[in-house]
Amino acid sequence: MKKSHIIALLIIAVAVFIIITTVGDASTYVTFSEAREIALDGNENSIHVVGELVKSGNGQINGIVTSQDKLSFSFDMVDENDEVQHVYYNEPMPADFLRSEKVVVIGSYHDNVFVADKILLKCPSKYQETTVNAGV
Amino acid sequence: MIHTFIGDLGHFFAVAAFITALFASFSYFKSTTSGLSSAQSWKINGRFFFLAHVIMIMGVVITLFYIIYNHYFEYHYAWNHSSRRLPAHYMISCFWEGQEGSFLLWMFWHAILGTILIFTNKFWESSIMTIFTLVQTFLASMILGVVIPGLELKIGSSPFLLLRDVIDAPIFQENPDFIPQDGTGLNPLLQNYWMVIHPPTLFLGFATTVIPFIYCIAGLWLKKYRDWVRPALPWALISGAVLGLGNQMGGYWAYETLNFGGYWNWDPVENAVYVPWLFLVAAIHVMITFRKSNTALKASIVLVITMFILIIYSTFLTRSGILGDSSVHSFTDLGLSGQLLVYLIVFIVLSIVLAYIRWKELPTTEKEVSTYSREFWIFIGAITLCLMGFQVLLPTSIPVYNSIVESFGGVSNVAPPTDQITFYTKFQFWFAVVIAFLSGTGQFFWWKKIGGKQLWNSLLPPIIISLLMTLILMEWLDVSTISYIVLLLAGVYTVVANSKILMMVLKSSPKLAGGAIAHIGVGLMLIGILFSAGYSEVVSLNNTGMLISRQLDEEFNRENLLLFLNEPKTMANYQIKYKGERLEPIDSDGLIHKNDVDKIDAYTVVANKDVFFEGHQLYNINDTIVVHGENVYYEVELKAGNGKVYNLYPRIQDNPTMGMAASPSIKRDLSRDLYAHVVSRLSREDVEWSKMKEFKISPRDTFFINDYVAKVDGLQRIFELDGVDLAEQDVAIKGYVTIEGEEQEYQANPVFLIKDGLVGRIPDEVEDLGLKVTLMNIFPDEDKFVIGTNTRQKDWIILKAMEKPFINVLWVGTVVLMFGFGVAVVRRYSEFKKMREKGIE
Repeated sequence: MKKSHIIALLIIAVAVFIIITTVGDASTYVTFSEAREIALDGNENSIHVVGELVKSGNGQINGIVTSQDKLSFSFDMVDENDEVQHVYYNEPMPADFLRSEKVVVIGSYHDNVFVADKILLKCPSKYQETTVNAGV
Repeated sequence: MIHTFIGDLGHFFAVAAFITALFASFSYFKSTTSGLSSAQSWKINGRFFFLAHVIMIMGVVITLFYIIYNHYFEYHYAWNHSSRRLPAHYMISCFWEGQEGSFLLWMFWHAILGTILIFTNKFWESSIMTIFTLVQTFLASMILGVVIPGLELKIGSSPFLLLRDVIDAPIFQENPDFIPQDGTGLNPLLQNYWMVIHPPTLFLGFATTVIPFIYCIAGLWLKKYRDWVRPALPWALISGAVLGLGNQMGGYWAYETLNFGGYWNWDPVENAVYVPWLFLVAAIHVMITFRKSNTALKASIVLVITMFILIIYSTFLTRSGILGDSSVHSFTDLGLSGQLLVYLIVFIVLSIVLAYIRWKELPTTEKEVSTYSREFWIFIGAITLCLMGFQVLLPTSIPVYNSIVESFGGVSNVAPPTDQITFYTKFQFWFAVVIAFLSGTGQFFWWKKIGGKQLWNSLLPPIIISLLMTLILMEWLDVSTISYIVLLLAGVYTVVANSKILMMVLKSSPKLAGGAIAHIGVGLMLIGILFSAGYSEVVSLNNTGMLISRQLDEEFNRENLLLFLNEPKTMANYQIKYKGERLEPIDSDGLIHKNDVDKIDAYTVVANKDVFFEGHQLYNINDTIVVHGENVYYEVELKAGNGKVYNLYPRIQDNPTMGMAASPSIKRDLSRDLYAHVVSRLSREDVEWSKMKEFKISPRDTFFINDYVAKVDGLQRIFELDGVDLAEQDVAIKGYVTIEGEEQEYQANPVFLIKDGLVGRIPDEVEDLGLKVTLMNIFPDEDKFVIGTNTRQKDWIILKAMEKPFINVLWVGTVVLMFGFGVAVVRRYSEFKKMREKGIE
């Protein structure tokens, strides 16, 4: 076997290894019930859940509990299947959290509680340029 | 009045730029393919059209700048990206906030580079300019803004659209000539000097990548298979330097301005530059190999083509909107995705077909490359760089994969890996180790001359020195993780081995020093990255070990500190204290104490006493000061054990498009940075006040508000009151209340008002202390009055602080790498010039 063939084989091996690892490490967008099943299967990988904060009729946001020292908080979130789940986050509440339109939580279930490692927010831009006011 | 002419002129320039680029491409094509007799006249045509194109591009740039500079807010681009308050030097930044403007910047660089190419080439001019102007035609089509009648097909997005044509607001039905008073402004995060120089550098890098590509394609086209490498090489090196520098500048901006705590975040937009850059560096290495030994020609061709296609692919990724949720700062979709896809496919097909046709004719060397040759190891290094790029490219393309599956009717919900840093690091780390060892060793294989024994003899000293230095560093800096030791050794070895080479080269021929210098830079960068990232430590630890919830039995370390105003805590050998909010004036360096000024509107304040900042006077009392209204700074004082005091000013910006954006404050020392940012703060909007407490007192009686001693110095009738029309029979009485805070005395001036027979009370708030004083009632007969007080939670911030050891080594390494690139450019360009002057090229 020529040296170039060995090198070619090595490259393919590394490339395949990279592909397999990427597929293995890639996360998925799921709902809470799917996330629970994943956790029940003993799989502790983090997943993405997309949803919104739970609001009552008058726009009040429900279910937010801030810890005494303000360094962590938990909240209710409703996913795309309208399932409500209480989510814990071990970081202070992000500044724009209450204003957010859409929330993506990245994390997993621990003993029936969803713990987020990371929260991504989609906030309505105050200046979403869709209209002009005479005053501006 | 709406200035329609200037926009029409700009649009004309944009259309003309597209047409002239197309004509230039056609003329140069004819010049390349036709016989000697007409080649010259077609070439002159090509030059003429290109010159016209350059003028048209400058026309577009000047017109757009004119619109922005003169605040013509009837134009969407000016309205959307600028405002009257914007300082002139940031108006340039408006260009690259919008997608059309950033294409324009790219074309602007191309116009300059194309001119340089025409002046520096003889033989190659027609062929390379054919492809160059074809690329430029595609770019020009992106800002064309033309609708093809009948097909309803919109080509390009013009920056010269009127606001009323873009935005469907009711005001335009009432008054089509309505012009907004002010624009919505440039994103304040971009109002930073790095954002003035980083995008032009990055786009110059992008623009230069086309040059090695056009030489390569021209070489294949004209069957000059060996000759294209010589002129392409200096440009590839320039491109490698500028693109790398532009990318690092972005990292530095992110480090200073964004709060994720680092200079690199594996964001798709960053990856979109990193991946082509890796391929470019790989291409440079195989091209150098080819110049030396006539091997690796095919590899050079493949890599140069791949590199340029990756540049177009990156453009597609960041500008088509396909990244959507997965990136914070990709451009939004302007409806250009179809056009970008055509651009991508045209160049993929064109280059692959051409390479395929010519492949059999390419000269190859049948001889096996020796394991003891430099070429062999450079080649291994290039492969490692490509795999390194591939590993980043794959997950970055997940959104593309999802949309391909969905376009065939499937369902795909693949998300990028959740912990990006761990995911990328586990590959990139080891690839970097391999690269470092290779770049330390590769240079020792002089030509093919060196044999096994000789090699060991020359490699032994650097190996021993590196091992010793690594051991010393390990002991000194307490490095014990095996993988970190390996990377440290690899980095040190690169620096040491290349320093030896550098010393040898400097003695014989200093012009050849570029490679060794660049590799020393890489070694330093790796060491800097290792320590600043691997040993970055959160110092704002709060080891209370609180439970996150009673349902969970895990304990978490808290990485944040809650600081109440003027209440000191300890952190990492410092006593740390939050001292209050500060405002940033536009026209002077320094910050203003919020208590020293009275707010007029969001952007103007008036000083109520002389304003000092760290010992020197900034303003006099009653000065009107314009401030950056979006920004609030939080003064945090650090007191070291030896009594030295440092001030940190982390910032929170109420960003119109991105919400609350926190920027860190960095305390820079030679060996480490202390990096702190505000995670959260008391929100003024939803504070809860306590129930009012009332005190019936006489002047100079003391009373307590939340443990603070307070007294009323007196009352005074006033005859002027802001915002209230006082008539003859009305009475307004102002109270003068002094409250002793921890640090200073505060004044509160509540007002008691009788207007038209009705009682009104205007309370005064002392923000620092979190209390409000109201003058409730006055009993002149008893010389007594009633003071009401409310309290709220004191001001607080939550701070996160990190230490980044040896981050300066990374910045120094970057500069050294760039210098190495520079030396190499000079050398390779002089080689090309020599050949050109001989009349060969």
